[in-house]
Amino acid sequence: MGLVLPLLIFLGVTFLAPLGTMLLRSVYDPVVADALPATLTALRGWDGEGLPPEAAYEAAAREIGAAREARTLGQVASRANRLQSGLRGVFTRTGRDLREVTEGPWREAMAAIDSAWVDPGTWHAVRAAGERFTARHYLNALDMQRLADGSVARQPEERRIYLPLLWRTLLVSLAITVFCLVLGYPIAHLIAHARPRRAGLLLALVLVPFWTSLLVRTTSWIVLLQTQGVINDLLVAIGLIGDDGRLSMVYNMTGTLVAMTHVLLPFMVLPLYSVMRSIPPLHMRAAASMGATPAQAFRRVYWPQTLPGVGAGSLLVFILAIGYYITPALVGGSSGQLISNMVAYHMQTSLNWGLAAALGALLLVGVLVLYLLYDRLVGVERMSLGS
Amino acid sequence: MTGARVGRVGYLAFCTCVFIFLVAPIIVIVPLSFNAEPYFTFTEGMLRFDPEAWSLRWYREIVENEAWTRGLVNSLVIGVSATLLATALGTLAALGLSSPAMPARRFITGLLISPMVTPVIISAAGMFFFYTNLGLAQTHLGLILAHATLGLPFVVITVVATLSAFDRNLTRAAASLGAGPVRIFRTVQLPLIAPGVISGALFAFATSFDEVVVVLFMGGLEQRTIPRQMWAGIREQISPAILAVATFLVVFALALLLTVEWLRRRSSA
Repeated sequence: MGLVLPLLIFLGVTFLAPLGTMLLRSVYDPVVADALPATLTALRGWDGEGLPPEAAYEAAAREIGAAREARTLGQVASRANRLQSGLRGVFTRTGRDLREVTEGPWREAMAAIDSAWVDPGTWHAVRAAGERFTARHYLNALDMQRLADGSVARQPEERRIYLPLLWRTLLVSLAITVFCLVLGYPIAHLIAHARPRRAGLLLALVLVPFWTSLLVRTTSWIVLLQTQGVINDLLVAIGLIGDDGRLSMVYNMTGTLVAMTHVLLPFMVLPLYSVMRSIPPLHMRAAASMGATPAQAFRRVYWPQTLPGVGAGSLLVFILAIGYYITPALVGGSSGQLISNMVAYHMQTSLNWGLAAALGALLLVGVLVLYLLYDRLVGVERMSLGS
Repeated sequence: MTGARVGRVGYLAFCTCVFIFLVAPIIVIVPLSFNAEPYFTFTEGMLRFDPEAWSLRWYREIVENEAWTRGLVNSLVIGVSATLLATALGTLAALGLSSPAMPARRFITGLLISPMVTPVIISAAGMFFFYTNLGLAQTHLGLILAHATLGLPFVVITVVATLSAFDRNLTRAAASLGAGPVRIFRTVQLPLIAPGVISGALFAFATSFDEVVVVLFMGGLEQRTIPRQMWAGIREQISPAILAVATFLVVFALALLLTVEWLRRRSSA
């Protein structure tokens, strides 16, 4: 136990704490609450009908000014904007123009800068953005929203993004798992029952891609599949397609499917191979000697014995596929993106980190469930790394 | 009988196609990296083996381009440090896990291996949040810790596998002859499990050497590694120079693979 402790502490700091931080991010956001505390206190007495009291306007005017000085107004504005689009401009404008206003009444002053301030919807949005703990990001990630009366409803059809993407990710992962099984099963069989020298050579052909950099393999697929690439050139040269009929096989879903199947195939072949190697060839001969056709012998004798390998390989490929990011990002174009790419988009481009964290948390839960299943069926300590 | 024969031929043909699918993409970039033109496909001159059409210009470019050489240095510094850290911690933990007195073995093994199956985008996002709070984002140290974490499961798996073949009577014999635990480890266990430890270290190094997502999220300009540079090359300004780098990485992968296989054979012999 003492020997494992250093690593457990290390992982606690470098891995578990980061995951915990991400989970916290998905439900906790103090920016607005910290920037507009008095405003939110004043809003607590507001019944939600009509306009809030003058005290709320006065506090808001003061705190928006202070946030502008402290350069946090932009963060506040972007959070309010996510709840009601257009509020980003309202906040920045108000922050700028309020500098010239020195005394109340504040409601009139703010209404003069932007009429949004006499719209109760704006104040609802401010109040909602001010919650430190919120389920908002999860609702968002599940294509749901909280209506003004506090009830939860699904987004209108055309605004549902994440559930369809989640669904697509599952389907693509399933398709890749099936491709890997169909391609991997025969070659695992061939390697497992070949003579040792040849088996070693064939196994190396599986291990070379396994060891080769992922970015290299992805680059290769771009080189092969792009419109001016090797495969299209070849097809044009042998006259199968015309020069104007070049196939688009990359920067779309085809690219994602082909490249990911290639990347994940070794993870299917290796567990299959290690199971098949332990099946004595005598079994098949015995079945044949008792009159089974090769198909019967395969179906009734061989296939059932390989099921543990099929399960281990399929589960591993599926787990790796649903969280895949690099390959879809590079060869997927816009139609071949998966849920991970959406996490990256919200991390790097939209900077909606709460939503990125919520999407990541949902993905993490999915992977965790599959991982536990894998441990149940196969045992994590038996995860194979090449033979 | 002919039916079975057709089946056999079909099966072998199918397998051949799958092997081509596996290996061809990796082989094809090697000749293309010697293209004299800035194209990603074979020019007519290359197909005629016209010496004019082949050149080393992309290799010259990567050697002369400071971005690539600095990337290589960063990759090596981060990779070697992360590997040392992961190997030391992972080997210790594997020894602990293999001891019969280990409580909650299954749960802890699962925990130690989890960084390998957690989607790297999630680890990277979490590390970005957490390491930024600690001031470790955009530092070499931050990336070393992150890469060590991602490489650890490989060390644990390979060393645990080697230890499972280890005869515990040897340590008992050493102890009965009066050796302390440190001495037993150094003179009895370590030499026997060394191939597994080295394999694990190579896996960890390969993981770090190929890692791009954490670097994308946490690394600054000063921490650009080879994969980060390739990522930029593929996304931003495509140039056959990446094919030259890719060829170098393929050769590197072959060297790693041969070493690991050689070690495996040695440890099982």
